[in-house]
Amino acid sequence: MKKKIKILIAKPGLDGHDRGAKVVARGLRDAGFEVIYTGLHQTPEMIVNTAIQEDVDMIGISILSGAHMTIFPEVLRLLKEKGATDIHVFGGGIIPDEDKEKLYQLGVGKLFDPGTKISEIVEYINNYFKDKS
Amino acid sequence: MTEKEREELEKEYQIWEEKLKDLPQCSLPLFNTISDIPLKIVYTPLDIKDFDYLRDLGFPGEYPFTRGIRHTMYRGRIWTMRQFSGFGTAEDTNKRFKFLLAHGETGLSVAFDYPTLLGKDSDDPMAKGEVGVCGVAVSSLKDMEILFDGIPLDQVSTSMTINGPAAIIWAFYLITAEKQGVPFYKLRGTIQNDILKEYIAQKSYIFPPEPSLRIIVDIMEFASKEVPKWNTISISGYHIREAGSTAVQELAFTLMDGFTYVEEGIKRGLDVDTFAPRLSFFFNSHLDFFEEIAKFRAARRIWAREMKNRYGAKKKESLLLRFHTQTAGCSLTAQQPENNIIRTAYQALAAVLGGTQSLHTNSMDEAWALPSEKAVLIALRTQQILAYETGVVNVIDPLGGSYYVEYLTNKLEEEAYRYFEKIEKMGGMVQAIKAGFPQREIAEAAYRYQREIEEKKRIIVGVNEFILEDEKLEIPLLRIDPEVERRQVERLQKLRKERDNIVCEKRLKELKMAAKSNENLMYPILECARAYCTLGEITNALKEVFGEYKEEAFF
Repeated sequence: MKKKIKILIAKPGLDGHDRGAKVVARGLRDAGFEVIYTGLHQTPEMIVNTAIQEDVDMIGISILSGAHMTIFPEVLRLLKEKGATDIHVFGGGIIPDEDKEKLYQLGVGKLFDPGTKISEIVEYINNYFKDKS
Repeated sequence: MTEKEREELEKEYQIWEEKLKDLPQCSLPLFNTISDIPLKIVYTPLDIKDFDYLRDLGFPGEYPFTRGIRHTMYRGRIWTMRQFSGFGTAEDTNKRFKFLLAHGETGLSVAFDYPTLLGKDSDDPMAKGEVGVCGVAVSSLKDMEILFDGIPLDQVSTSMTINGPAAIIWAFYLITAEKQGVPFYKLRGTIQNDILKEYIAQKSYIFPPEPSLRIIVDIMEFASKEVPKWNTISISGYHIREAGSTAVQELAFTLMDGFTYVEEGIKRGLDVDTFAPRLSFFFNSHLDFFEEIAKFRAARRIWAREMKNRYGAKKKESLLLRFHTQTAGCSLTAQQPENNIIRTAYQALAAVLGGTQSLHTNSMDEAWALPSEKAVLIALRTQQILAYETGVVNVIDPLGGSYYVEYLTNKLEEEAYRYFEKIEKMGGMVQAIKAGFPQREIAEAAYRYQREIEEKKRIIVGVNEFILEDEKLEIPLLRIDPEVERRQVERLQKLRKERDNIVCEKRLKELKMAAKSNENLMYPILECARAYCTLGEITNALKEVFGEYKEEAFF
């Protein structure tokens, strides 16, 4: 049997706006993925450690605090440092277009805006693994 | 209505209803309120059968205050236009405050950044990337002095959205006033200081519930003696709603939080009438126009009744549910942001028809960033147009007596009492929170709402219908310069070098001693603030005694 795709939904920094993270986590679970949610106030180290320990395929970072230019690069750096670059990082939240471009160049996967349908995220994840196999 | 008249009406209604059956009606969107209350196509006297004017509504300024808390309402005084603002350093926000005051704003409202909200200094490792981003950074008395430089604190009322470290930030404010030569008793304003909704929704908690409640009662007690015009808690439904709750849940959980604070005060031995008049409320105004108005009216009636009957309050002021409203941030769309001006205007109208005492209107760009100067000015103008051009201020509670609005007010009240009963059975709000009850109810409602949008049972313009393909964002966004963090950290480190560190150590030690005893903590916190102990230092001292709250992650 094919292994289920495993996704870590992560909530970094001090931001407590966890509505989006929880709704997405639940939506992805209902779509058939295996989902773990970190809970609040995670440092990039905590997120990367959990991702490696849980052997996830992807990390979805929810961030609405404006600290995305600090958090995403740090998560990528730590994944590289720990030899876990096979874990794909994507995210969602309030991220202006010019910042998105910079983050895409660093190797971050798709960054979803507020108002995104869960079905779009599901499609993105499925396509990502279709392309890989 | 006599029995005969009612029978007549029922008969006529049935005949009319019969005619509807053959007429076409759309099945979508949903004809339910956002709280999922199913709605009839029309309301009649039959829907408010036991309606009793004096018992259910009364006159404005009279029990049970359904129609409003003042005799004259907006004819006496227009609501306070209070725009929540804060970003960057204290200097940046000080400039924005002066801009807003110059354009007719009538009260200040401070937004703090995340590190400050969580009691962390700007140079804390967890603060990296977040200093001054979502609000203004205030790490010590020094920052507070700069924040209110040139703003006479005896002439403005200031609301501060601060919860976990409310006692400390308030102490910074009080000492700032003292240094301006303004005595405490002249100060007017509000600290949010509502920790229960932090565990439920906003998640800016620090200590566990029990010591947090003790600090809150310390604040209520201190204020009743020293700062009598200060609103010591702004019991907030706003964040509960933003986290995804329904209007019913917002109403029920907020009032239940309020009852909990009252009970804590009474347990301390305080006379309810010494602190209840200084409790105020803060609600959300969301998209479902009539449901929001009904929520505000129901809130006033329930609070007055419970304060009088259950808690034995004697003073009229103790019965009044005074509230601030903010339009719903979560209803703003990132798509076609200009449309948010219109959403906000309708929500503001609902707040005013619901009898709000003060109002914040969101700016159109807030799904993307903190508001630009232009956007915040349009938001303020929205309120001014409402107040001065539309005529809605002329008559109090103009929807009172509407069959629909009275029905919905009763219905929301009934649903709220259903939640009260459930929570009481769990042993009260603190126990319910520890069991994750309100948190789960809200997560459930948020998920349901999202599904309704995805299935197009609810239409959101520009999001799931009337979409602009290849839309490009055309409004300028406020960006926080990363230099802010560097400058703020520099100032903090300079302060640590220049202040008397021996005195600081001593004050912090005294604070810890007090925390272990039953002493009112406001006094030692004020002494720490005076000595320029930082927010992080004071919070950490208290953490050593009280510990930290951690929530269980679930979805």
